[in-house]
Amino acid sequence: MRGLLIRDLRLAIRAGGGFGLGLAFFLIVTVLMPFGIGPETGILTTVAPGILWIGALLACLLSLDRIFALDWEDGSLELLATSPLPLEAVAGIKALAHWLTTGLPLVAAAPVLAVLLNLPAQGFGWLIASLAVGTPALSALGTFGAALTVGLKRGGLLLSLLVLPLYVPTLLFGAEVARRGAGGLDALTPLAFLAGLSLLALAVMPFAAAAALRVNLR
Amino acid sequence: MSLTVHSLSCARGGVQILAGVGFSVAKGEALILRGPNGSGKTTLLRTLAGLTPPLSGRIDVPPDGIAYAGHADGLKAPLSVAENLAFWAGVFGAAGIAPAVDAFDLHDLLDRPAGNLSAGQKRRLSLARLLVTGRPVWCLDEPTVSLDVDNVARFARAVGAHLAGGGSAVIATHIDLGLTNARSLDITPCTRAGQQPRQPRQPLAAQDIDPFLSEGAL
Repeated sequence: MRGLLIRDLRLAIRAGGGFGLGLAFFLIVTVLMPFGIGPETGILTTVAPGILWIGALLACLLSLDRIFALDWEDGSLELLATSPLPLEAVAGIKALAHWLTTGLPLVAAAPVLAVLLNLPAQGFGWLIASLAVGTPALSALGTFGAALTVGLKRGGLLLSLLVLPLYVPTLLFGAEVARRGAGGLDALTPLAFLAGLSLLALAVMPFAAAAALRVNLR
Repeated sequence: MSLTVHSLSCARGGVQILAGVGFSVAKGEALILRGPNGSGKTTLLRTLAGLTPPLSGRIDVPPDGIAYAGHADGLKAPLSVAENLAFWAGVFGAAGIAPAVDAFDLHDLLDRPAGNLSAGQKRRLSLARLLVTGRPVWCLDEPTVSLDVDNVARFARAVGAHLAGGGSAVIATHIDLGLTNARSLDITPCTRAGQQPRQPRQPLAAQDIDPFLSEGAL
């Protein structure tokens, strides 16, 4: 299992692996936003938590179809399915690798980009906490979506349509944590809900993804 | 007996291809599947490997007994030959890749990225993976595609050594490998010995195809 994780990380980092894709997209969205909205700091402060969360969510979405599609195309997904690794573990490792290469860089970049959007200093900790707790759910739900659409030609659109409704609760609670944190309010309650959502997704989605993979591999 | 199949019926894409297939392969023995294109060799091998569930019938094989190699090579282009082999050795818990490298003469290629290999070299690397699986029953689908004469002989020697070591193999191929301990099985779609030949291919009733799909889960 560790071998699979190391292989996926190595593939993501090597040329053409799409490691920086999500991060670059996140950067572009947040850098362009002040130009589009205007320089009034009051408005930027109000919309900053929501923009940062939507940017992170879309950046996550961008790299989802790579989770299984490449392994499907070159035949290694079939070989993994006939290997001693259970498919549930394969799906879990794939979600972890996706989070490490997409979610974690977003968490690290968010405070830097929050400065551009004039997020109040007291909200930085809450923003990082909400992204750190919420992005694993995005990766786990996305892995399920990628497993459902693997093997479809240009399944990226269908994948986005399937996954977006599943992402809404995470976005609601994640942005609420960042907004309350930035406003100096107590953000523990939405953070607890967000953590609950993440744990649920992490517990259930590898099994759902493995079931979808079994159907698609037939 | 390392592999016994009783009156197996197989389907591909919801269409029944094979019915009433029965054979057994002893230790040290190879079974060569022969038949025209589209006769169901690949379907049978995928069913044996557990990728496609059989419609009916039984497959008796020791747990984790089958190593499957399909049409696709299952290689990662950005990883080197050694990294590709070492990954599968790790997944299957093999001690090392040296015997596989020796058997398919990959010494000079170890540091080359798999994406830069020729089609025949990729195939050799893909076949070398079988040796690191350490599994007793090889299920191979057209293993000699794009191999030159020397390498077909090298592959035949590897299969011979595997059989001599108490393994067995089911190989779909159109060429004569010159194996000493091999039997042939002619694959004909949907026929049973002594029964009416060539039943028309009937689409299956919905409940036979896939309960997961028919429940409207997708």
